[in-house]
Amino acid sequence: MALFTYETKKDTRSGFGAGMEYLSQNNPKVVALCADLIGSLKLEAFIKNSPDRFFQTGIAEANMIGISAGLAVSGLIPYATTFANFGTGRVYDQIRQSVAYSGTNVKICCSHAGLTLGEDGATHQILEDIGLMKMLPGMVVINPCDYNQTKAATIAIADYEGPVYLRFGRPVVPVFTPENQIFKIGQAINLVEGSDVSIFATGHLVWEAILAVEILKEKGINAELINIHTIKPLDNQAVLTSVSKTRCVVTAEEHQINGGLGDSIAQLLAQTNPTPIEFVGVNDSFGESGKPSDLMDKYGLNANSIVEKTLKVISRK
Amino acid sequence: MQTQELERIASQVRRDILRMVHGCQSGHPGGSLGCTDLLVALFFNEMKLNQSADNKVNFTLSGAGEDLFYLSNGHISPLLYSILARRGYFEVSELSSFRKINSRLQGHPTPHEHLEGIRIASGSLGQGLSVSIGSAQAKKILKDESTVYCLMGDGEQNEGQVWEAAMYAPHHKVDNLIAFIDENGQQIDGPTKKVMNNRSLEAKYQAFGWDVLKMNGNDMQNIMDTLKIAKAKLGKGSPIMILMQTEMGAGVDFMMGSHKWHGVAPNDQQLADALAQLNETLGDY
Repeated sequence: MALFTYETKKDTRSGFGAGMEYLSQNNPKVVALCADLIGSLKLEAFIKNSPDRFFQTGIAEANMIGISAGLAVSGLIPYATTFANFGTGRVYDQIRQSVAYSGTNVKICCSHAGLTLGEDGATHQILEDIGLMKMLPGMVVINPCDYNQTKAATIAIADYEGPVYLRFGRPVVPVFTPENQIFKIGQAINLVEGSDVSIFATGHLVWEAILAVEILKEKGINAELINIHTIKPLDNQAVLTSVSKTRCVVTAEEHQINGGLGDSIAQLLAQTNPTPIEFVGVNDSFGESGKPSDLMDKYGLNANSIVEKTLKVISRK
Repeated sequence: MQTQELERIASQVRRDILRMVHGCQSGHPGGSLGCTDLLVALFFNEMKLNQSADNKVNFTLSGAGEDLFYLSNGHISPLLYSILARRGYFEVSELSSFRKINSRLQGHPTPHEHLEGIRIASGSLGQGLSVSIGSAQAKKILKDESTVYCLMGDGEQNEGQVWEAAMYAPHHKVDNLIAFIDENGQQIDGPTKKVMNNRSLEAKYQAFGWDVLKMNGNDMQNIMDTLKIAKAKLGKGSPIMILMQTEMGAGVDFMMGSHKWHGVAPNDQQLADALAQLNETLGDY
């Protein structure tokens, strides 16, 4: 029997657009900026409702980050939006100095993160953004798993004072989390309770992890599944509580293994409770062109890989 | 304030700069000395600052209702720190902590240490104009009619982000912004004409849609007159750029006319020689 059901599949970026539409009507301090990708970021409703609170920067992401910092200093809540590749790696120094070090209340919101951007290929498929952003002192890093959660996260970060990186994507994925949920930054969500292994997943890999848990159940393995939507600050307590029960870990993310969620969890466990751990993620390589689902299969970012790593890590206990 | 009075303040600020850089044997005296007259004119005469009844400046991070100044070429931090201290943002005695451990006066300015008067970090070049534009646009949204000022270096014009911002501001009619470029013609590796020729910044900024003025940045009267003209141009649909001719090291004869004092501290004898050329008008810290 399916653990979670869904009626529709939607893209997480549309959840961002819906969150922005809500903010256009409910938070006059929120302003949006975009570097020539309005359609891709689903900002049409925000711009229609609040044309005076939207700034088109053209294809000039460094300037967009700087302007966002200035808007924030003067008391507004800017959402700087573009593709994840251009909103993080391309403008790392601008984010470091004008946002993170300056402590400005800027929300960097990026779509098309990871391999699921698809056919455009490796130039656009950033797989290092979580690592880049989590290394910056004071930066919150969030990677929600479906439409509803992305919408809720988009709304929630307006009420948090400080820099945030919100990461989402292009493909449609099952919408299985509750509508109108309250998003709590830094609070992991226990999706399935189990005792044999702890699976910590983030973003698009959460649904794949659900499928993996179902497969594992058929094999007689009770996996615990936790949705880590906030990579920084990491919900240490949720991780440690789960691991004290299961004593082995699999992490899953659409990101390089280096610098990702798995890295954060491994560091925590190495310091407090050394535990066997396996990583589902991209293994030190660039992506390539292709259909998103084909790419996820080729690079091992799917339910089968999670199952495989789970069997391996259990054997290491 | 009278020109003469501003010049008296400038003399003290130049002493502060030299003593700060000498005190830690580190920092950037050349550009700081060159831009002293402009910052004195802005902070002591032109800018509308939030003040309490007893004329004390009242710092808030957002700067609502007051004019704002952003320093993009953050390496001339000794100048900004002296100006802020002399204007009353913090005690002048704190200037002695410049670039030393546990100081709020970091090598380059930052709000990270909660120093009154600093709203954004700068140092990595090319970012301040963008920040200033954002701040100016926020003021428009918030119906705050004050002005945003931004100072950049001419070497800094090498940075690509500057031109992203230069293109953006006229397009979005950011006409509550007055920016300055310190055209001292010097950068670390030598004269700007040799390192990376800016050619005509006047033609460039005009082509981008800015209203461009020129002034002698080491002539207090000329600065005051030009600022008056610039202010009359506010609110007319275009951002304003003032190209400011200065002498790196202005006020100290042996530091002028060369890039050599961009980032070098004077030794004891050089400090004494320099201070002998500048009157102590407000009392050293």
